[in-house]
Amino acid sequence: MIAVLNIDWQTLADAVGLGSVYALMAVGIGLVFGVLRLVNFAYGQLIMAGAFALALASQWGWPVWAGVALCFAAVLVLSALMELVVFRPLRGQSPAVMLVATFAVAFLLEAIALIWFGSLGKIAASLAYLQQPVTIGGVDIRKIAIVATIVAVVCLAALVALLSRTNVGLQMRAAAIDFQTARLLGVRANRVIGAAVLISGVLAAAVAVLLTVQSPLVTPDFALRDTILVLAGVVLGGMYRLGSATLGGFAIGFASGLLGGALPTAQSQYLPSFLFAAVILVLLVRPQGLFTRSRQQAVERV
Amino acid sequence: MSVPLLELEDVVVRHGAVTAVDGLSLHVDRGEIVGLIGPNGAGKSSTLHAVMGAVRPAAGQIRLQTRSIAGRRPEDIARLGVALVPEGRRIYGELTVEENLRLGLAARRGRSGLADDIRQLYDLFPVVEEARRRQAGALSGGQQQQLAIARALIAKPDVLLLDEPSLGLAPQMVDAVFDTLRSIRDRGIAVLLVEQRAQRTVALADRSHVLSNGRLGLTLEPKDADDTETMVAAYFT
Repeated sequence: MIAVLNIDWQTLADAVGLGSVYALMAVGIGLVFGVLRLVNFAYGQLIMAGAFALALASQWGWPVWAGVALCFAAVLVLSALMELVVFRPLRGQSPAVMLVATFAVAFLLEAIALIWFGSLGKIAASLAYLQQPVTIGGVDIRKIAIVATIVAVVCLAALVALLSRTNVGLQMRAAAIDFQTARLLGVRANRVIGAAVLISGVLAAAVAVLLTVQSPLVTPDFALRDTILVLAGVVLGGMYRLGSATLGGFAIGFASGLLGGALPTAQSQYLPSFLFAAVILVLLVRPQGLFTRSRQQAVERV
Repeated sequence: MSVPLLELEDVVVRHGAVTAVDGLSLHVDRGEIVGLIGPNGAGKSSTLHAVMGAVRPAAGQIRLQTRSIAGRRPEDIARLGVALVPEGRRIYGELTVEENLRLGLAARRGRSGLADDIRQLYDLFPVVEEARRRQAGALSGGQQQQLAIARALIAKPDVLLLDEPSLGLAPQMVDAVFDTLRSIRDRGIAVLLVEQRAQRTVALADRSHVLSNGRLGLTLEPKDADDTETMVAAYFT
């Protein structure tokens, strides 16, 4: 199989790295979907904002840690604003209204980036050394593939611990199953949703750091294509479960990485077509998602 | 006369064009059970939903002691000391029994005495302790009902609202639930019980109001429970 598709170990490592980044994005999207039943289409623009923060820090000659801190601060502030200004006032509106609102936010942020930074974009170069390979067992593997995988595993482990061991985590899980009952029990909607949005923001910032290593040129449409792929992956995996959504994100990132490495360069422009064709096929056969055991019922939202 | 713990005054609840509750007034005091009986669609559940903040009353006052709670958010009302055992129990089947119980803590004011309270709850509902590591969805209907009541009580409420707790339970479980309500009342909690089992409710409650078409009719006392004529008249007048 591997030989037929002309895939070497390096490609495989890159695919795992990309799958890890997409898995993080899928968790970020899935967390907010869980408590708000809202697909945040503007998630990619949060990542874009974080990437511009990194690029600015690198342009100003800031040390790496300061750039990463600025990236996290920018994404978290934007996430909080999004929740306070858009999601909270619109909560209880129809899902269509909320979805369109996130489209509007996405285009607004992209337009702001275009005005401030121009269409040519900026370079975030401070972490470029992670593109260098290390040799493990005779195979050259780029450091970023290893870093991305480690970051994803650590983040996911931390999130699982938070969801299973803390009260706010338990409340988030309950809210994702049946928000109305959770509120009747005294679970504060604003607190649970705020926590989900902020955790989702932390993940977006981490993804921004990882993606700028992959592609240091930051433009206003940074991460847009990735977001669309991840959204497809989340639906593919099954979006009513965080675990299945995460697996879906990983799967589409992994497939994207593999096909990108396997297809001849001249054909790589057809890559998204292959992926989306695969997504459509899967959803025709398993509309509830690839990684769910049975059809999940949508639950009434606040 | 002191202020009642929970007081409803001329409460109106509308669902669109339908008036579900039409000018209802009642009160519940510490250490008493007030029953609300009546046929399906009489407005019993809507009354509880209005108290709990799940629906906003179109008119009228709902007071917790002297504090007006009408139209406040459900989570705030829960935190002020009103707990609901919802219709159909609404247990989180995919969470463990213990996690369901922990969710009830969200409304609790302060953690003092929590260990003792949990001990008492486990004594009251041994099955909740035995099954605490199991998925709540694996419990029987009666066991889930006990869990739902325990989940409400762990918040240490002043007022307990129950929406048809005997629905779908085996007869001996119904007995167990009604016995439990008696011991909850004796702890000084104000209990407002919505039920379809009229006779049992009238026998248990300090007084029971008959609700039909959103309005209060007769008020019955425990001694009326065995008086079939009064019971029948209550439903058909």
